[in-house]
Amino acid sequence: MSDHEYTPKSKAGKWFNDRLPLLTLANHLTDYPTPKNLNYWWTFGGILTFCLITQIVTGLTLAMHYIAHADMAFESVEHIMRDVNYGWLIRYIHANGASMFFLAVYIHIFRSLFYGSYKSPREIIWIIGIIIYLLMMAAAFMGYVLPWGQMSFWGATVITNLFSAIPLVGEGIVTWLWGGYSVDNPTLTRFFTLHYLIPFLILGLVVLHIWALHVPGNNNPVGIDVKKPSKDTVPFHPYIVIKDGFALLMFMIVFAFFVFYAPNILGHADNYIEANPLVTPAHIVPEWYLLPFYAILRSVPDKLLGVVAMLSAILILAVLPWLDTSKIRSAVFRPLYKQFYWILVADVLILGYMGAMPAEGLYLLIARVATAYYFLHFLVILPVLGLKERTIPLPLSITEPVLGGSPNMAMAKKKESKLE
Amino acid sequence: MKKIFKLFSIIILLSLNSYSAISAEKVEYLKTDWSFKGLFGKFDRASLQRGYQVYTEVCAACHSMKYLSYRNLSEKGGPEFSVAQAKAIAASFEVTDGPNSDGEMFTRPGKLSDKFVMPYENVKAAEAANGGAYPPDMSVLVKARGGGVDYIYSLLQGYEEAPSGMTLDDGVHYNKYMYGNKIKMSAPLSDGIIEYSDGTNASVEQMSKDVTTFLMWAAEPSLEARHQMGFKAIVYLIILTILVYFSMKRIWSRVESEV
Repeated sequence: MSDHEYTPKSKAGKWFNDRLPLLTLANHLTDYPTPKNLNYWWTFGGILTFCLITQIVTGLTLAMHYIAHADMAFESVEHIMRDVNYGWLIRYIHANGASMFFLAVYIHIFRSLFYGSYKSPREIIWIIGIIIYLLMMAAAFMGYVLPWGQMSFWGATVITNLFSAIPLVGEGIVTWLWGGYSVDNPTLTRFFTLHYLIPFLILGLVVLHIWALHVPGNNNPVGIDVKKPSKDTVPFHPYIVIKDGFALLMFMIVFAFFVFYAPNILGHADNYIEANPLVTPAHIVPEWYLLPFYAILRSVPDKLLGVVAMLSAILILAVLPWLDTSKIRSAVFRPLYKQFYWILVADVLILGYMGAMPAEGLYLLIARVATAYYFLHFLVILPVLGLKERTIPLPLSITEPVLGGSPNMAMAKKKESKLE
Repeated sequence: MKKIFKLFSIIILLSLNSYSAISAEKVEYLKTDWSFKGLFGKFDRASLQRGYQVYTEVCAACHSMKYLSYRNLSEKGGPEFSVAQAKAIAASFEVTDGPNSDGEMFTRPGKLSDKFVMPYENVKAAEAANGGAYPPDMSVLVKARGGGVDYIYSLLQGYEEAPSGMTLDDGVHYNKYMYGNKIKMSAPLSDGIIEYSDGTNASVEQMSKDVTTFLMWAAEPSLEARHQMGFKAIVYLIILTILVYFSMKRIWSRVESEV
């Protein structure tokens, strides 16, 4: 929070602000001291806010024309595509927006992993982030069901069936989720309701996420605490606003390319076939952003354990601040961690690829090794590494590695420039 | 930096690999120049009109196109028949309407606002008439098949004698582009099966191209509008990005830090 007490200049402003300190909040947001060495990986928070708002606005518009009924959903989507003014544009933004949202969130999460942004005192920001990520997956999954195509129907069948793995009550829970004895109209209407609700829950959590961020302030590429406000910080407006804006525009160019020139490339062709409970598609695959977890699910031979493994793969992230025993935040000063970090990135990409392939032969074997490594990274490598690793000495402030200070600083500088 | 670069190249290699691995399992589709591909891609109007003729004279005997209306035929970005032509096309179909004030269903000539008349009452009737196989609705068929237009174009020309050793049941045909190579639809096109009203030679290749173009439009009627808007949107975004970049440089020049 800013050090100085803010008082509105006008009398009316002061009157209002004494009763509801909105102006103080606005002042805090514009003055918010931000480390000046943030790189472009830090712009994805703003990009994600844009994604969320885009999804909500386009989603509301689609909901005005969509009909959540098993017999009419598919047709109503075609109605949107053909007869609603710019319906095709709104739907393609919404459908590709989901992919863009996940692309951005994965970069955001992996940025946090690289620079140790989840560590003390930012654990709560991180945990809220993981909850948002979980809700995003739920929202995206249910959204994919709404057009009521073949992949919608069978994806919903496969995923809801996972709950049947729960001992004793599993079958009952699945029937309860479906609202019947198979995925059908009641399932569609409740998925629509939840798909409508979840984004607003996410919006609320985003407010908490940002609030929690504004208590300690941003982490930064060097990963050391920054005195605020000081020579090391810049006010959020205009410095960060313009930088986030620039990055957002670059992101929007990529987004626009998908929407206008490859709107269906990220979806599955089978979803343009209306749902048919009597015909199972050759391969049931989820959307690309869920593939790594799908690979983990399938690489465990036992159904219940597979579900447990998949859920733990996500939930393990929530306890990451306590699994990583290193006091040093940024991977820039952790030469070994940096290597393992990139191995993890490759591991997740491999898992994603295996998730898209049939679960057999070599694919399955690789998926199993990659799954094992995923857990090994978090449960063994991270805790041990924090205790054993010889880290590079930290600079005293973020200005020093840039300007070159003490001999230690020079070394840090050399290391950092290697990464640049 | 080097390491990041190395990793990125691994990622790119991996993703390239995945593409080749997927496509290696499939047969190579026949290629042709599609006028609607690319940044400025547009439909070939004459080809769309011919394609409609192929659809209505050949495919429509079995395949419905239930999400299209006759008015679409005269809309911008489509075959762009004149309104009078589209009205005449619509009127050539008998549409069941009703009930009237006596509670009876009746038939009348089609209007622009009517949806394309379906060849069968329902899916079951379609299956019964086609040896148990439902001829899929063609409204979004191109988008519902992995290979898209190339797949449809190839399939129409992919009928061959079954290789020796392969036994085909009655009413099943061999097609080298079909998944599993067995298809219930007999070869729908043969040279000169229709007579194009614009005098174009109706070869199988020509008809395949025309009808596939028509199906692409049917599945994606806003394609031209999308390409046009996309180009404008992206040019606008690039210009704005450049302007914002220089503003950012200017603002950040006040602090001794790099952006």
